[in-house]
Amino acid sequence: MGLLSDPNRRRALINLLTRLNAPICVVCYMAGVAWFMGLAFEPFTLRTYMSENAMGSTMVEEQFPAGERALVTGREFAAHKKKADGMPVDWLVKTMQAQGLEVFTQSFSRTLPFPDENKERYFVKGTNVYGILRAPRAPRTEALVLSAPCSPGSSNNQAVGLLLGLAQYFRSQIFWAKDIIFLVNEHDLIGMQAWLEGYHHTNTTGMDWSPLQGRGGSIQAALSLELSSDVITSLDLVLEGLNGQLPNLDLANLFYAFCQKIGVICTIQGKLQRNDWDSVSGYSHAVQTMMLMVMKQASGRPWGDHGLFLRYHIEAASIKGINSFRQYKTDATTVGRLLEGMFRKLNNLLERLHQSYFFYLMPSLSHFVSIGYYMPAFGLIAVILLLRALDLWVQLVTPPSRTEDGIVDTEQQASPGVLSVLTPLVISHLTGVALYTLPIRFQEMAVEHFPVSETEAVVLTAIAIYTAGLALPHNTHRLLTGEGTEQGWRVLKLAAVLYLAVLLGCTALINFSLGFILALTLVPVAAFITPHVPKVLSAFILVILSPACTLLFSVFFFQELLEMPVNFPDGWLLYLSVISQGILDHSLYGSLVYPLIALLVYPCWLLFWNILFWK
Amino acid sequence: MAAYRCSYSAVLLILCICSVSTAIDSEETTLTGAHHVGEVDNTQTATETGEQTTEQPVVEERRWEAIDVEEATPGDSDIDEKDTSAPETIVPLTVPQLKDDFQEELVIRPLHSGDIYASFQFRTLWETDFMKGNKVSHYRLFPKSLGQVISKFSVQELHISFTQGYWRTMQWGQPFLPSPPGAELWVWFQDSVTDVDGMWKELTNVLSGIFCASLNFIDSTNTVQPSASFKPLGISNVTDHRFLRYATLPREIVCTENLTPWKKLLPCGSKAGLAVLLKSEKLFHSSFHSEAVHIRPVCQDLLCKTTSWELRQTLNVVFDLHTSGQGKREWSLFKMFSRTLTEACPLASSSKIYIDITDNPQWEQFELSPATPLLSQALVLGDRRTFSVYDLTQQITFGTVRSLNLLIRWKSNEGDMLRPLLHAERYVAGYGLQTGEIHTLMYNNHPYRSFPVLLLDSVPWYLRLYIHTLTVTSKGKHNKPSYIHYQPSKDRVRPHLLEMLIQLPPNSVTEVTVQFERALLKWTEYTPDPNHGFYVGSSVISSLVPSIAAMDTNSTLERPLFSSFFPCKEESSYFVRIYTEPLLVNLPTPDFSMPYNVICLTCTVVAVGYGSLYNLLTRSFQIEEPSPGLAKRIANVIRKVRGVPPL
Repeated sequence: MGLLSDPNRRRALINLLTRLNAPICVVCYMAGVAWFMGLAFEPFTLRTYMSENAMGSTMVEEQFPAGERALVTGREFAAHKKKADGMPVDWLVKTMQAQGLEVFTQSFSRTLPFPDENKERYFVKGTNVYGILRAPRAPRTEALVLSAPCSPGSSNNQAVGLLLGLAQYFRSQIFWAKDIIFLVNEHDLIGMQAWLEGYHHTNTTGMDWSPLQGRGGSIQAALSLELSSDVITSLDLVLEGLNGQLPNLDLANLFYAFCQKIGVICTIQGKLQRNDWDSVSGYSHAVQTMMLMVMKQASGRPWGDHGLFLRYHIEAASIKGINSFRQYKTDATTVGRLLEGMFRKLNNLLERLHQSYFFYLMPSLSHFVSIGYYMPAFGLIAVILLLRALDLWVQLVTPPSRTEDGIVDTEQQASPGVLSVLTPLVISHLTGVALYTLPIRFQEMAVEHFPVSETEAVVLTAIAIYTAGLALPHNTHRLLTGEGTEQGWRVLKLAAVLYLAVLLGCTALINFSLGFILALTLVPVAAFITPHVPKVLSAFILVILSPACTLLFSVFFFQELLEMPVNFPDGWLLYLSVISQGILDHSLYGSLVYPLIALLVYPCWLLFWNILFWK
Repeated sequence: MAAYRCSYSAVLLILCICSVSTAIDSEETTLTGAHHVGEVDNTQTATETGEQTTEQPVVEERRWEAIDVEEATPGDSDIDEKDTSAPETIVPLTVPQLKDDFQEELVIRPLHSGDIYASFQFRTLWETDFMKGNKVSHYRLFPKSLGQVISKFSVQELHISFTQGYWRTMQWGQPFLPSPPGAELWVWFQDSVTDVDGMWKELTNVLSGIFCASLNFIDSTNTVQPSASFKPLGISNVTDHRFLRYATLPREIVCTENLTPWKKLLPCGSKAGLAVLLKSEKLFHSSFHSEAVHIRPVCQDLLCKTTSWELRQTLNVVFDLHTSGQGKREWSLFKMFSRTLTEACPLASSSKIYIDITDNPQWEQFELSPATPLLSQALVLGDRRTFSVYDLTQQITFGTVRSLNLLIRWKSNEGDMLRPLLHAERYVAGYGLQTGEIHTLMYNNHPYRSFPVLLLDSVPWYLRLYIHTLTVTSKGKHNKPSYIHYQPSKDRVRPHLLEMLIQLPPNSVTEVTVQFERALLKWTEYTPDPNHGFYVGSSVISSLVPSIAAMDTNSTLERPLFSSFFPCKEESSYFVRIYTEPLLVNLPTPDFSMPYNVICLTCTVVAVGYGSLYNLLTRSFQIEEPSPGLAKRIANVIRKVRGVPPL
């Protein structure tokens, strides 16, 4: 480290960094993107492997015989569901009791902050029914959960049928060492949230639920089953949970291992694995799969009923049966055997799943990218912010070509600098707070004055406040006493750049995908914005790369990845619904993406907008 | 503090009264004919009232017999048994005047859920004195290994149980003998012992060897001295809880290796008598299994002039309808134990099988074959139960095939859920690895009577209880415990001990909550499987529960009018101890591959960071003179030669 102790060489290094700052930044950005794209390339990724020894060798023999009977039960369930027009509570209780389970129910109700137009619900009232298979070998200390949603319409009847069939079969086995909870939840995630909050006796979202009567100790793992047809072609594994949390990779490995063993076609993100990794189409397929995972994770919403378990440190995944037009079909017995195998392996667990990775991306079901491989991509982009900060710091400390009286000048300029930094910081954060609180608060007023529905009112208010924030620089300067100085914007930018670096770094640690997408769009803006660039063009670029527009592009990109491209009007409607869903996710399940964007990212972006219009 | 003492003595008083009052309820009547139920009841009540008067004077002396009944050994007071129809089965009215005596019995109770509950009890009585350095060397029925333990460690009372599974009170009702999951050990030492802790430590190690169990893991961090919950069950003058030690090991797994030494303590081993049924492959193919050993001094006769030592070995097992019974509501000895009975233990003075037929007076629920003419009644856990009795000492019991295979076949398929008067559950609330909350729920299902319960919680030190957050609520209102004994934990030395006397209002749920913080252990203190979690033992709830028989106000039909006006004091309440489920709590656990990473990282940091800092701090900076030109250097050399100072 003689490099730093030697003032000459230190100076040389700093000179190099400041002189070549722009090229280095560009190179870092390119390298970051290239690294990220390289993650999907199969030779660069690792094969998945089972880390947990207790689940290692495939010693269990699956014998579930009663798939057909399960489907009959499913049809019975469908008939009773139709008759009851909702959850057939009494029938479920009776059926589960007849199978020798301890059956309990939980009722819950929840008024949404504004109507959910996607699922057409506002006041939600329902009942969860769950039966506990008591393990003969354990004193109610550990449990596993198998859940199936009681969905409106005719979907997921087969899932409930199979759940009941498995319950009956599991009940006659002696080897269970963990209680198994068979849960049929109503109103999908809201019911699941009520049940989990009831089970753990917490209340984070202000929902009304009746306390649970029976429990099975600490839940070790959970599987959520979604099945809407008698036969399926493939099973899809869904991992992304609330706030981008993922279950331990061993759970995915377990699913993959049993699919291989039993011979069921399995997919992730609905994408089949391809073997031609060396061809362009094979690579782009892997990229698509990985990008789908990145987009879903970045959204921070639970993508299946399992998503809410992760908050309670319960490893959980959803398994969805997909029936497409392929020839090869799998019947319910085989799916039942697969679940039986997975549960028997989970039953063998001695400890919680902890051996394998919690942070990963999956370009295919058999390959994964661990945190050690994907973090450099983010790091390369985030280092740009540090380089710019260094550059600004050097500029601030050593004013270029000044004589002795230059020192006096700096002191004079620095004192208004503090205020000029603080004012925009405070004002932009107040705008963020407004963006966070006002849309829901003012929905009634908006509905009274404008011909819109409540949901539209909330979304449009949010967009209006977001846009109003763009007028901020002018308002800020009215408050400021003096003129903005050269030093002033530098100090402000230094603060903003460091703020962004910390913000993105923390986000990427918790939810890599969200952090990376934000870094991809915000870092170029942060790096090159000054008051001296062409105003109109830069303003346009700045708006294009703002968080809201990023979301808009993401919506289109996501549809493209799903191979369901939309035209602009549809995309716009989708965009509006995504915003409303984001706000709902926050208030219903405690998703953190909306507050993060509104309270931190958007104010940070406003600071750069402020710098552009610095006078 | 005085108030607490008052209520404390009140508790003791209540416990005392209870045990005395239950004494009188242990009479039994045996009658012919399973179908003469009306007659049975009439005669029974008549004898009951008669016997009450005769037994009043000896209430004090019969106290320990009474506790037997509390613990629900229905056939325990066989000595009083009267037989009107079968004169050949008369049992002597007094205890045989042998030095030692062995009795065995099996109680089978078909449960409403379709499961079946079998409870074995083996009792060895020995009129001897282990105390005061009395050297006992000749053993007959009493196992020598335990006798030596009693005399060496000056044990007053010893209770040990090993349990697998959890007793499901809601489905099965109360067990005859409750036990918590895992291992439980509680011992009263004699008041002559000076170093109780040292004795306790040695005793656990010895017992660990005798029962092949990990009792040696009992140390000061999981041992408590309950002040009120565990009182001596035998005759004793020691009530100072300094001589009591109580510990549970909720993680202990019970297996055949514990059963084999337990069976070896029996006089007949598993060679003859009821013990031939104890085959481990069947016993452990069940949903509940519990084996226990209880040693205590009891009165030898009614006047209690001499004491004898009682060794009671019990084994409770519940077979599951769906796993063991293949879903068919049909049970036989062979189906349960894969053995039938051919003889009683030749050393046993009494050997009987009782089948609980209370809910089945007209044989409409299930049928029993072979039928038996013997009936017996007993007050079990506050409820009057009727039993069919099979006496194995009589050859006629085994019939012509010379083997007894009891068969219980259910006729109806449904059974209503039981509604026990008192049950409890416990769970950990909250999420995250920093704090949590322990919730204990106690249900009083009695329609109109409230009763007090003693709650004992022993929580390991690594869950740091915030005792100021302790709340007790019933029916939404704060319920102030009348007695609280709390001993805070000491890190790595002793656990928290919390004992409370709480009044449970009728028909209510009482919730006790207390918050805790999860401690970060030292890295050597973690178990080999830290991600499994750490166990917190069951809470113990001891209570005097109002009797079901006394609660039954509609049963005037079965009673003569003179007996039913005032609620019967003797039957008014009975003692029950229930255990909640143990808890599994996750503590913040480091990644144990971390030490390697830490070593690598620290080495790098030290090498790079500290090295350069050290370099900066210790290097002396000097202003380097520009080196002189060549001409000057030559001139200097010349000047040096000349002896002139250089330029």
